[in-house]
Amino acid sequence: MALIAFEKVDLTLGGRPILAGIDVSIRKGEFLSVVGPSGCGKTSLLNLAAGLLTPSAGRITYAGKPVTGPRQDIAIVFQDYGKALLPWRTASGNIALALEAMNYPKEKRAARIAELLALIGLSRHADKFPNQLSGGMQQRLQIARCLAQDPSVLLMDEPFGALDAMTRQALQDEVLSIAARTGATVLFITHDLEEAIYLGDRVIAMRPNPGRFEISFDIDLPRPRDQLTTRERPEFLKMRRELFDVIKEVEH
Amino acid sequence: MSAEAKRLDWRGLVIPVGFVVGAEFAARATGWESSMLASPSGIVAAFWTVLIDGTLLHATAATLATSLAGLAIGSIFGLLIGIPLGLSRTADRLMEFSIEAFRPIPAVALIPIALLVFGFGFRMEISIVAFAAFWPILILTRAAVAGVEPRLIQVARALGFGATARVWKIVLPAALPRIFVAFRLAAGIALIVAVTVEIAANPLGLGYNMILAQQTLRPELMLALLVWLGVVGWAFNHILLWSQKRLFGPAAMIRIER
Repeated sequence: MALIAFEKVDLTLGGRPILAGIDVSIRKGEFLSVVGPSGCGKTSLLNLAAGLLTPSAGRITYAGKPVTGPRQDIAIVFQDYGKALLPWRTASGNIALALEAMNYPKEKRAARIAELLALIGLSRHADKFPNQLSGGMQQRLQIARCLAQDPSVLLMDEPFGALDAMTRQALQDEVLSIAARTGATVLFITHDLEEAIYLGDRVIAMRPNPGRFEISFDIDLPRPRDQLTTRERPEFLKMRRELFDVIKEVEH
Repeated sequence: MSAEAKRLDWRGLVIPVGFVVGAEFAARATGWESSMLASPSGIVAAFWTVLIDGTLLHATAATLATSLAGLAIGSIFGLLIGIPLGLSRTADRLMEFSIEAFRPIPAVALIPIALLVFGFGFRMEISIVAFAAFWPILILTRAAVAGVEPRLIQVARALGFGATARVWKIVLPAALPRIFVAFRLAAGIALIVAVTVEIAANPLGLGYNMILAQQTLRPELMLALLVWLGVVGWAFNHILLWSQKRLFGPAAMIRIER
């Protein structure tokens, strides 16, 4: 059953067509990766699902009902963690923001924050300000803030694009384990083809001007995935090759 | 603070101290005394007199009280108007002409009108100080609010905060360090304008005592008050600087590192 469904969605911003004829349904618990060259409307797609943008045509539903605005069971992880965290609040304070938004009972907040910090491996940094944390830790903190909402859907907009390779791999595995544990549905935007295949149950490649879907394929790689063995499997390499050819073709 | 104190180079005092000592010697050697100049020891003596008889305390209190009251009123109005203008481009466009039309009026040019409306006294001076302090607060608050990182607003929207909570939890804390800079600027202006109004028209405070000393041919008192005003202004600014560091330590840090 589709948790999020796009039905013939067009998006025009300032007279410019951004997305055209987007038709996709994301199953509950599915991990959907979307790849495409820059400027193909990947982020707009995510903002539509988040309710931060309204489609110019067509409709978007969440659990069968039209999406009218942001909702607390849909959480967004932005790429630019440096800008998405409140610099005047500590790590705990940043997580508290999400709890404040959902009117979480005050007396239970401290325990919930401690639990989330432990989950994401930041327990020792509870009282540090974002600028005292490394890029990877800041992105972990943003993910923890999203998990505080106890979301059914995680929308991730190139969340690891600015991180170094080692940190990125560690966070990829953490996102996979969070998704497996919570059963959350994930829409994961990336420009990294390997990342898209490694994480996803399904990959959609987009074509720009205006943004539309080019190709979609299911990924049957076994879970749990492993940074070494999964990436060495012949199916993985074959899909990477196919996807690479598609992206190369649409970029011209 | 301690690091700053260590950096203070005592050699910087050579020239002012030398100047004072030189002036004292010159005054004693030539026996100079006039309606314009006074010897450093004469200035110290005059300062001592007004300190003992309470004039200085009284005048300082009056000047500081009008400055602070005017600053408070100007700041409140500046914030009340500046925040909405920073939040809404429509409101900003609507008000732009009115603001730019009134802003260039020098605050002290309002002395005649304020005198007609309020007469001499605190209210007249406070109203002019408030007018002068209002503009920097308004303009810089508007800019600070409009300049809040759009991503933060998006985060607040995504978390499901309403408009009021967004302003309260995101916009104001994010803009506050820059608003405080505006406040420091306005505080300096408030003191300048208060003293100017006292010198020009209003019979109270340090400015009035200075002009009185000048007119009664007591340059030593006039200069003593001038030095004292310098001290007051310096202390005022340093208290604000200190509070800024205490209040916005972490946020100020991030600004520097970026």
